Amino acid sequence: MATDTAGAEYGAEQAAGMPQLEFSTYPNQIFWLVVALVAIYYILSRVALPRIGAVLAERQGTITNDIAAAEELKLRAAEAEKAYEKALADARAEAGRIVAENRAEMQEQLNEAIAKADAEIAARTAESEARIDEIRAGAMESVEEVAKDTAQAIVAVMGGSADEAAVDAAVESRLKGTAA
Amino acid sequence: MATEEYGAEEGGLSIHPMDQFEVKPLFGDGDVGMFTVTNVTLWMALAVLCVVLLLVVGTRGRNVVPTRAQSVAELAYGFVYKMVEDVSGKDGVKYFPYIMTLFLFILFANTLGLIPMSFTTTSHIAVTAVMAFAVFFTVTAIGFIKNGARFLELFWVSSAPLALRPILAVIELISYFVRPVSHSVRLAGAIMAGHAVMKVFAGFAAIAAVAPLAIGGMVAIYGLELLVAFIQAYVFTILTCVYLKDALHPHH
Repeated sequence: MATDTAGAEYGAEQAAGMPQLEFSTYPNQIFWLVVALVAIYYILSRVALPRIGAVLAERQGTITNDIAAAEELKLRAAEAEKAYEKALADARAEAGRIVAENRAEMQEQLNEAIAKADAEIAARTAESEARIDEIRAGAMESVEEVAKDTAQAIVAVMGGSADEAAVDAAVESRLKGTAA
Repeated sequence: MATEEYGAEEGGLSIHPMDQFEVKPLFGDGDVGMFTVTNVTLWMALAVLCVVLLLVVGTRGRNVVPTRAQSVAELAYGFVYKMVEDVSGKDGVKYFPYIMTLFLFILFANTLGLIPMSFTTTSHIAVTAVMAFAVFFTVTAIGFIKNGARFLELFWVSSAPLALRPILAVIELISYFVRPVSHSVRLAGAIMAGHAVMKVFAGFAAIAAVAPLAIGGMVAIYGLELLVAFIQAYVFTILTCVYLKDALHPHH
């Protein structure tokens, strides 16, 4: 109640004006304002702002570095993929080459075997033919002998004493004639 | 009912919306001298304390991933820094600590003033005028130091017709010298008016018939005043940046 009346008295005293226009308080307000502003300025410029600036710069740096690192890793992954693909292609080419080589080798071996077989066959054929010729020649000789003997026997039976050489010559010429 | 009305009458009569702005010694009842510790001292000290708590204690971890307090401090830093850079240009960044000081002081003085029973230092024209004139003189000095006599081109509107230029120069000159007045009265006036209106509503809350309306109005105005507290700090700061821009680049 006491403060109320005091306030009322003060209010009556100050009825015309506002505390804002009480010039006697100005030096006090200005003094403390300057103190407060200087204090805030020193706190900000010496401690707070450099610190926050550093933190923000550091964060920016970290983000930039991380992005750069990610970029590099991506590049390396792409490189690894390229290398893998190259290795795959190389392996494929190598496999193709080996297959072709083996095929050629096999073909060569096959050709060789065929040639060998052919040569053997030819040799055997030739041998067989020689033997056949021999046999045939033998047979012809036998035929000639038989023919001569038969002719001499026939001549003898006919009663003529034929000259052996003449008979032989006649048979021979006759055989030749048939052969020709 | 009758007694209630009587009480209400008395309550209505005892509204002193301006009492809250009185500058009083904190200890004793003497005169207010220049170095007397007053409620002004207390609430300005609290504003300084809040700045320390938010910007120094809040950021002591220097975390790359910020804590809550640190991200608020970084937000304030980024907000003012971007404002200075955008409005004043790259060469205005040099004055960023000064502008940040003004912004934080006004912001905390305004918001601390919204605590019931508190004292709002920025509601006094003496306080805002000192800040506004400090900005005015500093900016004028920077203008002359950076540009020499070419700073006067600010008043010579070279894009206007020649005949109009002297008239425009007079208008520009007057508007230039009115700047500190409008700069300071805007802040003090907005804060003082808001607090006075809240006090009036609070006084009416003693009358039972209008109490719900008065309390509802107070809540609404309190919300508005929170907005005003921030906006006035922002306006004061951005105008400082604009004046700084004029000093650094006086060409139209």
